[in-house]
Amino acid sequence: MTAAALPTPSLERAHAVMRRGRVISAVALLGIAGVYVMALGFTPIEARQGLAQKIFYLHVPAAWSALLAFSLVGIVSALYLWLHDPRLDLFAASSAEVGLVFAAVMLTTGPIWAKPIWGTWWTWDARLTLTLFLFFLFVGYLSLRTAVHDRHERARFSAVVGIMGMILVPFVHLSVYLFRTLHPQPIVLKPSAPSLPSEMLRTLLVSTLMFTLLYIGLVTLRYGIGLAADAREERDAA
Amino acid sequence: MREAIRLALVVAAKDVKAELRSKTALLSATVFGALVLVIFNFARDPTALSSTDLAPSALWVTFAFAAMIAMNRAFTVEREHGAFDGLLLAPVPRGALFAGKLLANLAFVGVVEAVALPLFVLFFNLDLSRALGGIVGTAILATIGFVAVGTVFGAMVVRTRFAELLLPVLLLPFMVPPLVGAVQVTSRLLADRPLSEMLGWLRILAAYDVVFVTVAALVFSSVVDE
Repeated sequence: MTAAALPTPSLERAHAVMRRGRVISAVALLGIAGVYVMALGFTPIEARQGLAQKIFYLHVPAAWSALLAFSLVGIVSALYLWLHDPRLDLFAASSAEVGLVFAAVMLTTGPIWAKPIWGTWWTWDARLTLTLFLFFLFVGYLSLRTAVHDRHERARFSAVVGIMGMILVPFVHLSVYLFRTLHPQPIVLKPSAPSLPSEMLRTLLVSTLMFTLLYIGLVTLRYGIGLAADAREERDAA
Repeated sequence: MREAIRLALVVAAKDVKAELRSKTALLSATVFGALVLVIFNFARDPTALSSTDLAPSALWVTFAFAAMIAMNRAFTVEREHGAFDGLLLAPVPRGALFAGKLLANLAFVGVVEAVALPLFVLFFNLDLSRALGGIVGTAILATIGFVAVGTVFGAMVVRTRFAELLLPVLLLPFMVPPLVGAVQVTSRLLADRPLSEMLGWLRILAAYDVVFVTVAALVFSSVVDE
């Protein structure tokens, strides 16, 4: 079974993709700045947590983007082993890198909030442990990518890790969940209606939208960089 | 099917025979396991923490690390003189090849664990007369799943530089569910708790084995075939 050869991307096309990625990311970053104006100026202060709760508008959307990124890596990895399309591999690599950045934002904003509210930077709560392991899993995924030189081999290996990682998640979740959990329970995505004031919900939703847009922008940019690298390689080889 | 089982056993026997001739990996892995157990005894303040409290974690951290060392050898031995290419060219279905490698790995990890367990009893001064059967059973249940994952990852990392470093980085997250489950079951076994308190964890361990042995067998051909 041989993987299809990568359609030779031109440098111009790669640069166009990168430009698009930069524009989307810039819009998203401006939007996130706007979210903070909204969060600080036009959203009520939480009664018990005070200003510390404002980090919620950064932490939750970052977590959303990270989980979105990692889920897509898993799905796209499975598709790659089926279709052997190199574009899928490039997308998975981009998504994993960008997801790792969002995961880092989530894992740093969390403790900043937890110190004043829980009185501790870190706790071995189910959700924290799960996301930490996801983070490590994708660090491993990217380390593997850098260690394999052959392009097709790299694509196959990382797809295998991506698929197995996706299957691992429920198991890690289940085993860490049986420890008592301290993390605030879901307040938006749950069976009953969201239990937070509508102004807060609005800010959160706008922020999630902006973070999703930032994810799209950064992945597009990273994808374009990948295309450019391929085009360079192709040109140097010729 | 019978032919596949026979071929799997041939592959496993080849690995066992090769290892028994040199004994390097097996010996280092068992010595390594013993050393980890010794270090654990010094890593605890005996006035603050009784050895029984630390025992389950010490046992499983030792098993996990020693297993990693043992699994590293499965494919590194194949690297020399293009042995693995020869194996791939042989008319062996990939499923049988995977099963053979898995069996050989299980044998090595099993030996390492079998040596570490008596040392563990000795160093931690435990009375295992009643818990022994349970601990052996838990060890088997917990080991199968992560060795299956380790067999697939071992076949991948051997094609990279830093194989010995990459395997733990990739495999340790996959060891979390079996390790957490095994530690929980072991501590309940040592405390002589009823089976009903361990059943949930045992189910997770069994489900992990079924799922990951299946997935590993399915993806193995994507790893070895170009």
